[in-house]
Amino acid sequence: MSDPKNPERDQGNHNGNVPVQRDDTGEVIGTRRGMFGANNGGDTSGYGGLVRTVRLPGAAQRPYGGPRGDEGGYGEFDEIADELEGALEEQGLVPGNVISKTVVDRGELTFHIEREYLPAVARILRDDPALRFELCLGVSGAHFPGTPSDTTNAGRELHAVYHLRSLTHNRLIRLEVSAPDADPHVPSIVSVYPTNDWHERETYDFFGIVFDGHPALTRIMMPDDWQGFPQRKDYPLGGIPVEYKGAQIPAPDQRRSYS
Amino acid sequence: MTTSPASPRETTEGAVYTVTGGDWDEVAARAVTSDDERIIVNMGPQHPSTHGVLRLILEIDGETVTEARCGIGYLHTGIEKNLEYRTWTQGTTFVTRMDYLTPFFNETAYCLAVEKLLGITDQVPDRATLIRVMLMELNRLSSHLVCIATGGMELGATTIMIYGFRDRELILDIYELITGLRMNHAYIRPGGLAQDLPPGAVDQVRAFVKKMRKNLPEYDKLATGNPVFKGRMEGIGYLDLAGCLATGATGPILRSAGLPHDLRKTQPYCGYETYDFEVPTADTCDAYGRFLIRLEEMRQSLRIVEQCLDRLEPGPVMVEDKKIAWPAQLALGPDGLGNSLDHIKKIMGTSMEALIHHFKLVTEGFRVPPGQAYSAVESPKGELGVHAVSDGGTRPYRVHFRDPSFTNLQAMAAMCEGGQVADVIVAVASIDPVMGGVDR
Repeated sequence: MSDPKNPERDQGNHNGNVPVQRDDTGEVIGTRRGMFGANNGGDTSGYGGLVRTVRLPGAAQRPYGGPRGDEGGYGEFDEIADELEGALEEQGLVPGNVISKTVVDRGELTFHIEREYLPAVARILRDDPALRFELCLGVSGAHFPGTPSDTTNAGRELHAVYHLRSLTHNRLIRLEVSAPDADPHVPSIVSVYPTNDWHERETYDFFGIVFDGHPALTRIMMPDDWQGFPQRKDYPLGGIPVEYKGAQIPAPDQRRSYS
Repeated sequence: MTTSPASPRETTEGAVYTVTGGDWDEVAARAVTSDDERIIVNMGPQHPSTHGVLRLILEIDGETVTEARCGIGYLHTGIEKNLEYRTWTQGTTFVTRMDYLTPFFNETAYCLAVEKLLGITDQVPDRATLIRVMLMELNRLSSHLVCIATGGMELGATTIMIYGFRDRELILDIYELITGLRMNHAYIRPGGLAQDLPPGAVDQVRAFVKKMRKNLPEYDKLATGNPVFKGRMEGIGYLDLAGCLATGATGPILRSAGLPHDLRKTQPYCGYETYDFEVPTADTCDAYGRFLIRLEEMRQSLRIVEQCLDRLEPGPVMVEDKKIAWPAQLALGPDGLGNSLDHIKKIMGTSMEALIHHFKLVTEGFRVPPGQAYSAVESPKGELGVHAVSDGGTRPYRVHFRDPSFTNLQAMAAMCEGGQVADVIVAVASIDPVMGGVDR
């Protein structure tokens, strides 16, 4: 089946995969099988053999572009990256070791930072006059667990995502840090951005990411004696079946879903 | 136990008194005779002056607060987790319930994030964006009215409370006319709106603007120059610019420190750069400055609402892409708002393809390309940010709300410590936290 109007779709059909949605570059973070989420052999739909690779946008190449760019494609994102790399070198750090990857996607700039360098990077971003990201918008977590058969993402299951806003230069960037499930430790940046106090407690509460150096890392939303970390993907939503107009409706996480 | 309420119960932490009201003198007398000067008071989580289920833990020395902490989480409902088990469109039904006083901001911020992920930001029709802006500005009015009303009530100024809720009621009537509901609307959807404005809506909003212009000066007359009101508010809840940035406080708190930071101006969304309005600031860093800012913001919001009404032109309110747009306009039936009977007749009777399409879109939803996006709007309380992650599926992989109430509440300790117990109430009221948003 070839589709001359859409070669991308054609490419995706080669090995029986569903059409890839953007392109087949990018960082693979997992695969999804089947279509209706039934993976216990009960799927008689005929779609059980479908395989979809999940790819997040991959590393960007220079120039990064960004707002107020010139004809060469050099824009504000390059400016930020240059300043950050320069400041890191001044501190005797090798930018390549600190920034594992830079992603430009949907008009947003993301620096993937090796976790041990996070506080140093945050301090530079806050204090360097050319960067001046004075306002931290907190930390958000994300969990990308693998399965025994799918270990593409092993070693970087837990992500902590920080958004920083510069009021001086009117810019927004994102920092992303990953940690393995087996060692869920990320350094705290409360000493740089005190506002992250509650945000880190929240992310600890829901994802179990331990922010080393936080002044009092305790649960903030869930009761103090709660077991488990509710926002992790392997933690069930819970709920009970409900009868509605004579039919049993299963709990939301027991319903069939499109994978 | 048959002890009187004021008699102490010995614990490992010291003597614990349960105060039930009317026996404060007795407790104070006992505290004087005890060898420990330090008293820790739990205010809330169920206390009329704590804006919902907020627990304030105050360490007091006489009437002075030496240390203040917040206990939150009493209203945690797991909305972010629930979103991961619903389609992207169903998400609006959940997020509208977060900060229940600013539903349209929650919905818009969420939808802007989803639209950014889908890459359809530019395809959202102008009419949908205009109506979004109009509803958000009406919502800014209703949120500030509640803040001023409850803040006044906590000072004992019940007239302000009556006025505030009177005017808010007019806005809720408009919501009800447009969305069918007074709260929890789920009216703004990824790609546009659930349905167009009903007949009569524009006239009612115009009449409201006219009436509100007459009502707003009443707050000035009642409160702005009132020496008792000023005496309670001035210099209370002090937080300067450095303190705001350190604690991440945004919105009226940041603007009361003199910085005119407003995302509508600095990072415009929904076409805010084309509207004519001003960002009020104060340089007092206190509760009174925040009150004046809120009052002025309400006047500015009325200006924006008027500009929206002038610009409204007929047109679609949903993106053209049939893979995203809900297949039917909703209609009011005998059992409430639902799919229009005409549409059901058409898909059931004449077009199997339309039926399949409808079924797929409603049960499966649309797929969103993998990646992450951050969108932020200036809610009445400050920067409301949404971090949305997609894995290419029909459901959100992760949605995180950076709710301004949550972040701003961290500033409570800095505002209250060293002050009087009675001023804690004023300081918390000037933060305007809504626990639905704080705890989500």
